Amino acid sequence: MAIAFSVNGKPVSVEADADTPLLWALRDDLGMTGTKFGCGIAACGACSVHIDGAIARSCSVPVSDVAGKSVTTIEGLKAADGTLHRVQQAWIDAQVPQCGYCQSGQIMAAVALIEQVGSPSDAQIDEAMTNICRCGTYPRIRTAILAATGAAAQTGEA
Amino acid sequence: MADNPTPDLDIPEAIQPEAKPRKKGVKRRIFLAGSALLVGGGIFGVWWTDSSVKAKAKALTVGPGEHGFQTWMKIAEDDTVTLFSPHIDFGQGSHTALGQMLADELDADWTRLKIEQAPADLSFANIALGKGFLPEIVGEAVAGLLPDAIIGMLVRSMPLMITGGSSAIRFTGEVGMRKTGAAVRAALIAEAADRLGVPADELTTADSKVTHAKSGRSLRYGELAAGAATRSLSSDPVLKTRDQWKLIGQPVPRRDIPAKVDGSAVYGIDFTLPDMRVATIASAPVRGGKLESVDEAPALAVKGVEKVVKLDDAVIVVAKGYWQAQKGLAALSPKFTDGGHAAVSTSAIYAAQEKLRKAGGEPDNQGGDGDVDAAFGAADAKVIEADYRVPFLHHAMMEPFALTGHFKDGTLHLWGGLQDPLSTRTKAAKAAGLDVDKVVFNPMIMGGGFGRRFPDLVEIIDQVAVLAKQVPYPVKLIWSREQDVRTGTYRPQSSAGLKASLKDGAITGWRSDYVQSGNAEGEVPFIYNIPATSRRHFAYQSNQIDGPWRSVNATQMGFYTESFMDELAAAAGEEPYRFRRKHLAPGSRHIAVLDEVAKRSNWDSPLPDGVGRGIAIVESFGTIVAEVIEVSLKDDGTPRILKAFAVVDCGTTVNPLNAEAQIMGGLIMGLSSAMGEQITLDKGAVMQSNFSDYPILKLADAPPQVDVHFIESGAKTGGIGEPGLPPASPALANAIAAASGKRIRNLPLVDQAKA
Repeated sequence: MAIAFSVNGKPVSVEADADTPLLWALRDDLGMTGTKFGCGIAACGACSVHIDGAIARSCSVPVSDVAGKSVTTIEGLKAADGTLHRVQQAWIDAQVPQCGYCQSGQIMAAVALIEQVGSPSDAQIDEAMTNICRCGTYPRIRTAILAATGAAAQTGEA
Repeated sequence: MADNPTPDLDIPEAIQPEAKPRKKGVKRRIFLAGSALLVGGGIFGVWWTDSSVKAKAKALTVGPGEHGFQTWMKIAEDDTVTLFSPHIDFGQGSHTALGQMLADELDADWTRLKIEQAPADLSFANIALGKGFLPEIVGEAVAGLLPDAIIGMLVRSMPLMITGGSSAIRFTGEVGMRKTGAAVRAALIAEAADRLGVPADELTTADSKVTHAKSGRSLRYGELAAGAATRSLSSDPVLKTRDQWKLIGQPVPRRDIPAKVDGSAVYGIDFTLPDMRVATIASAPVRGGKLESVDEAPALAVKGVEKVVKLDDAVIVVAKGYWQAQKGLAALSPKFTDGGHAAVSTSAIYAAQEKLRKAGGEPDNQGGDGDVDAAFGAADAKVIEADYRVPFLHHAMMEPFALTGHFKDGTLHLWGGLQDPLSTRTKAAKAAGLDVDKVVFNPMIMGGGFGRRFPDLVEIIDQVAVLAKQVPYPVKLIWSREQDVRTGTYRPQSSAGLKASLKDGAITGWRSDYVQSGNAEGEVPFIYNIPATSRRHFAYQSNQIDGPWRSVNATQMGFYTESFMDELAAAAGEEPYRFRRKHLAPGSRHIAVLDEVAKRSNWDSPLPDGVGRGIAIVESFGTIVAEVIEVSLKDDGTPRILKAFAVVDCGTTVNPLNAEAQIMGGLIMGLSSAMGEQITLDKGAVMQSNFSDYPILKLADAPPQVDVHFIESGAKTGGIGEPGLPPASPALANAIAAASGKRIRNLPLVDQAKA
């Protein structure tokens, strides 16, 4: 069946079974591979996107659920002129990624957190940032989130 | 390791050192040293002495208007310098660091340096890596006498193009990049001297230009490249001294990071081709089991499913997309045999290991000095004993295995991320029944690896090689997370009995008896000065395939030794830092590292009740790391990690920003494994399936920051990707003991910490 929604502000329509996870509609049908497959059970967060502005783990959201809704992926964070989102820039400044595979999801989670609470506290970061990073970039993720919101830079860097 | 899954390195008789009885241990160490040497492939021709190799490399990489100097370096007439790295990037950042080493010696313009992946071709076999590892095989004296041409021949015969053993910087960088940069710079100067008609010693270099200050003239590297490339390169160029470095040691931002924040980086799993199909797979739940039967019909009835392929030990479903393949696979009820391993379980393995260790048989490998039994039997000796256990550990790289294959016109093309491009080719050729020349492998970046992506242990290569030959279209095989967790090549389940004697507060004898598949002797140095020591390895192999897991045997050896040091300190009535200190060589690098971590962690400052600090120091991959972990205890007795400190002596840090990230990440991975990770077996099958039952430490449970400090000792450059991990688990267990008095000897610790 054809399911219509928007991705990063552009209308799209995919021919897919209703139970197809949004993740695979994005990756296999729309060719948007910035959103990653990590576990398939909403446990790791590598597939995080925004649906109508709220954070969601796209491996566990049927594409039929987003019909008529607005989906934002990592590819949609940049401004039209290519300027990076301040969270993306903070990620570069703090040199967060190692293998980088989980970082699309980490950045989407951080953007959602900041849009929701403004300047998150350490406790709010602890609570919201539940995505898995096997490389162990967590301290720099924290640093980048704080820096993106203008909090005192505690880079911990040499 | 099943026991050494890598082929033996066949060193010609002529360069074999005198036969030593520990040859077996040495071989093992080579494997462990990077899990590597043997595995893979290609390289970096340090000098182009072999013209056919040079021609091949040149044909692959050097275009019009460009001039090749080494198999892995070229200069274009527009001044762009391109480095072809034989190492793959799976997050360790070595591409940028290798670029720093080359560009610094070359005096190249950093902004015009491009870093690319070396082609998976034998002409790129890594001679520098061969030279780095060779002394570990044949000894420094012998290795030093070998000409590069012989090393190149050896390396190509392996073939060697691996990424592992924390080897990129200490071997490829030190041996390959710096020397080449310096030699090419000398050739550029010689060319400029001729062109300008001035003595070479009046010329200086900077930012990809050669300048003659007296006459105010200068020539760009791009202008000099054609002529310089025809000059012979010195095999022993003068390297810069530390005070002359401009890039080495600088916190240069990593080149790969921008593409990793906007979704544009293309990993193996992201690769697509027109008309490509996607497949997924289920292997026998019991390692060693075979596929008995499967009714294909239920999968073929699923919309989008096109084909079911039966392998010896697995079933594959091919479909339009991953979701359809996954649905098709879920519809199947394949029957697998248990391979005769129905009695294998975690507890049965520990029981068998303990029985083996206590049977009094001859160890399979051993090391140490002095008469340990005499020390234990001395009249006034206080003898302490403790047993430890650690479970199988899964790598849990965030990108599950994915490999695309297309068999077209007799050639198999592959795309994906694996640690060794050359042995990937060899393995695929064998599985597909093709000549190696009929396999083209296109290496891509990897979403983590941690030791899991060494081709010899990567079954997806064989699976795709077989699959691609059966279908007319390109096909990408993706392992589900469940397949990845259950079909791992785990860090071995291991157990140990440690025993030591104390006299007047000093250790007089030490014995470590450990049981696991592989030998650690020669790989993990025992750093303490004790009059009598004995380390004995008893080999035990379960039905699992054990593989290298980040820092390899240093994880469990570090846990055993450093936990036991704390137990001995307690028995001696001393505090753990000073107790370690007095058993280390005075004036040693180890003492400097230990002292620094004590200072930075404020070791002697008092702590509130219920808060404890633990310390540990482990040397691995040529690098010494000491860590202090500070914990409080939650109401249920489990630890909350408050602070973490790491002090590192790896000789020289090429890129402190990236080195810090590697140590921090290793420390956190070590804490994660110690807290809750374990692969357990029942009836021969893995009981875990996904992150729901294989818990990885999350941000809230990790230390908020890690204080990482480097001691720039200038000693021989050590690795950085792995050494941060081993001290973390014993430091954590030691911190819990300090906070609660409870000594945890079996990992993972979270269940035992509970009151």
